[in-house]
Amino acid sequence: MIHIDVNIAGWARRHNFLDALFRAGTAGFAIVVLLLLGAVLLALVRGAWPALAQFGAGFLVTEAWNPVKDRFGALAPIYGTLTTAAIAMLVGVPISFGIAVFLTETCPPWLKRPLGIAIELLAGIPSIIYGIWGLFIFAPFLQSTLQPFLIATHGELPWIGELFAGPPFGIGVLTAGLVLAIMVLPFITSIMRDVFETVPPMLRESAYGVGATTWEVVWNVVLPYTRAGVVGGVMLGLGRALGETMAVTFVIGNAHRISASVLAPGTTISATLANEFTEAIGELYISSLFALGLILFAITFIVLALARLMLARLKRQAGS
Amino acid sequence: MNALSRYAVRGMAIAAAAVLWTGAASAQISGAGATFPYPLYAKWAEAYRAKTGIALNYQSIGSGGGIKQITSKTVDFGASDMPLKPDELAKAGLVQFPTVMGGVVPVVNIAGVKPGELKLTGKVLADIYLGKIKTWNDPAIASLNPGLKLPSQAIAVIHRSDGSGTTFIFADYLAKVSPEWGDKVGVNTSLQWPVGFGGKGNEGVAALTSRAGGAIGYVEYAYAKQNKMTHVLLANRAGDFVAPDSTSFQSAAANADWEKAPGYYLLLTDQPGKGSWPITGATFILMHANAEKPEIVKQVLQFFDWSYRHGDKLAEGLDYVPMPDKVVGLIEHTWKQIKDANGQPVWTGPVM
Amino acid sequence: MTLYARRRIRNAIALALSGAAMVFGVAWLAAILWALLANGVSALSIAMFTQMTPPPGSAGGLLNAIYGSAVMTVIATLIGAPVGVFAGTYLAEYGEGSRLVPVIRFVNDILLSAPSIIVGLFVYEIMVVQVGHFSAWAGATALALIVIPVVVRTTEDMLRLVPNSLREATAALGTPRWKIVTHVLYRAALQGMVTGAMLAVARISGETAPLLFTALNNQFWSTDLDAPMANLPVVIFQFALSPYEDWQKLAWSGALLITFVILILNVVARALASRSKKLV
Repeated sequence: MIHIDVNIAGWARRHNFLDALFRAGTAGFAIVVLLLLGAVLLALVRGAWPALAQFGAGFLVTEAWNPVKDRFGALAPIYGTLTTAAIAMLVGVPISFGIAVFLTETCPPWLKRPLGIAIELLAGIPSIIYGIWGLFIFAPFLQSTLQPFLIATHGELPWIGELFAGPPFGIGVLTAGLVLAIMVLPFITSIMRDVFETVPPMLRESAYGVGATTWEVVWNVVLPYTRAGVVGGVMLGLGRALGETMAVTFVIGNAHRISASVLAPGTTISATLANEFTEAIGELYISSLFALGLILFAITFIVLALARLMLARLKRQAGS
Repeated sequence: MNALSRYAVRGMAIAAAAVLWTGAASAQISGAGATFPYPLYAKWAEAYRAKTGIALNYQSIGSGGGIKQITSKTVDFGASDMPLKPDELAKAGLVQFPTVMGGVVPVVNIAGVKPGELKLTGKVLADIYLGKIKTWNDPAIASLNPGLKLPSQAIAVIHRSDGSGTTFIFADYLAKVSPEWGDKVGVNTSLQWPVGFGGKGNEGVAALTSRAGGAIGYVEYAYAKQNKMTHVLLANRAGDFVAPDSTSFQSAAANADWEKAPGYYLLLTDQPGKGSWPITGATFILMHANAEKPEIVKQVLQFFDWSYRHGDKLAEGLDYVPMPDKVVGLIEHTWKQIKDANGQPVWTGPVM
Repeated sequence: MTLYARRRIRNAIALALSGAAMVFGVAWLAAILWALLANGVSALSIAMFTQMTPPPGSAGGLLNAIYGSAVMTVIATLIGAPVGVFAGTYLAEYGEGSRLVPVIRFVNDILLSAPSIIVGLFVYEIMVVQVGHFSAWAGATALALIVIPVVVRTTEDMLRLVPNSLREATAALGTPRWKIVTHVLYRAALQGMVTGAMLAVARISGETAPLLFTALNNQFWSTDLDAPMANLPVVIFQFALSPYEDWQKLAWSGALLITFVILILNVVARALASRSKKLV
């Protein structure tokens, strides 16, 4: 189809206008995202105010959580949130990376799509099913296999032994972290696979051309090229790990206590919210739950800021 | 236009049509709150709709949720396992009445102990949950069970992790039989537990109890019965060891003096009577005394009137204990407190 | 050992590990799917698609919940995906030099990890309390708020990975910017954007927390978007934790259904994406 437009000036004007419109439109939606967080934060702060006014900074460092006597502190849920998310990332990120590498580099083409879909299916399973599965199948499995093994091999070691102290109950912080690792897997893997596939074939082929092995291509060409996307995928997974509610409540043991051992029960911020919000009565109690929500935002903020900082430093190093 | 956007447009058109087609339907009655009576209200609602065509939608969002929702008027009635005190009712302008009763049952998992074999007193139960009694062969337990071989196994205490009316009733009982429990722990839907693991819901408690050797937990009666769990015999106020079943719940309920309880604020734990199960509780409905939508309020009351009259069989089938007729008369008298804008009682008596 | 041998061994080990990771991931999927199938298939029946959610002891199905979930998911995606795509486009295409853009990007990442229960409570405050009753609209809004950050993140990532040479080549032909974005970049990044949308739909399809305080749930058939509406996640949640076996069975088959629908959606979306790519 050949179309000759003689009125070049009119054409340009029209498209300039459309361009500006498109830009303004997308900017508008971007600002919607900003306003959204502002509104959520505002609602949270309003809800959390009575508790913050009552407990002050002490809220952050108090382990007690006593609805009867109206004494609340966020230390145990904060600790649990960070520990479970850390376990989930330690286990989930390397495995996701491995799967993504397998899917993009070594997988036979006919297997690629079924395996990719299989991994994404993991994301579609309702989180309550993860919870029930974790409680009835995964926890007993850990109780009889991994946990006794950890206790036997590490329990006696100085310092590390503390991490694996106590009887194996199946549920606990470790189990919650592992279930989270399985839940974040599809998020991180899918994004990594997609960004790996965007690497221009020319880059890859040049590397192979100079004799690089597959692993060297992945590590030295693919990964640097897709760094931002990979970090994005990890963030997506971390976001889910920090915010997941239902699955964690079933397997973490829900104790407002801090234990050095990852085999002991603990709690997370989202698990506490999911467990207690529907039944909570009393202004201070409800307000403390809101304050927990606010703290989760703060934690996310800090974690993200650290990640950004790290990324910026990586970039500088790569540049120099 | 490429294929994808064509599909997308088509999909959107279908979706838009679906949205438009879902036009406004007739007004619905909705209620929300306690989890414990949810299966029964669903059962009643189905039968009532078959009879009258009126759909009453009840959803379990928790007792605290029920109180919050009725206070902020997002539902036509709220439900709670934890009754509000008379002054709280007056402050919120609410009317409260009980619908059915049920029991909470301690369950154990000890090798060699069968359902109904282990005997416990309230004091011992409280000491276990306080962490003072740590093993099953503790003299306090052994002296209650001379014929039973109890292991030296550590007791794994299991409790609810989510806020729950079941926890409220259980803790209320422990506080009544153990002053120390009242001092140290107290009574609420969620507690700061001195020891143990938290399971999510009855399901979670049951799963943890049946897995961990030496475990003790507490669940709603229907749960213990349906899952054939190892329940204990509990000493009641009269000093008799009773088993949890509908007879012992009814016995506890029969001795309850609803007439002398303003706003029906009555907890049925530790009731007198030889055959009474000590951890019995009622569940309650909350409604506004000033009916803003008198027509809907009337329909809600008619529904409960019908349920009191025709729903006993359905309640018993699901292991709930219906209210005695005498109490129902009392409750329907209370309904006269619910008035419309002109100050006229909304409830004028049953239609059917 | 020669350098060459060392490099080959390292390569072999790395690739073997990645294969092992794949096996590991698929093993989990198999374990969970097996649990789902073992528990869910026995309760699958025609009645599931033709009858309403029953009280315990009565026969019934999940029709009202299936309908409600479908309606709310569709509305949520129709609201959330376009907002996310456009916002993500702005971040990727107009971000240079802007001071606002890094802030928005950061904010979006925070929203990603907002626990869904908080989103539910937020919508409860701004919609349910204001209007005075629970509604399907509120439920769909809550779900849309969960969709937006996921789509923003994936859209931006995917657009950024489109080589600049493509932008420059099209611009050199005199194509206006908006046309470059909508006709060239979207097409190049389509596969990844579809993945993002799929992940978002997958995530909301199983979310209980944001719906409990917004759409509530409904025991009966209701098509009124301004009233409480039944939905699968809340039904699964309530039924799975109940003492009654018939309810638990329905909960498992509901979960199986959600997983199955995600599978179908995934396959269809991928097929469409790759077909439209071929048409370029």
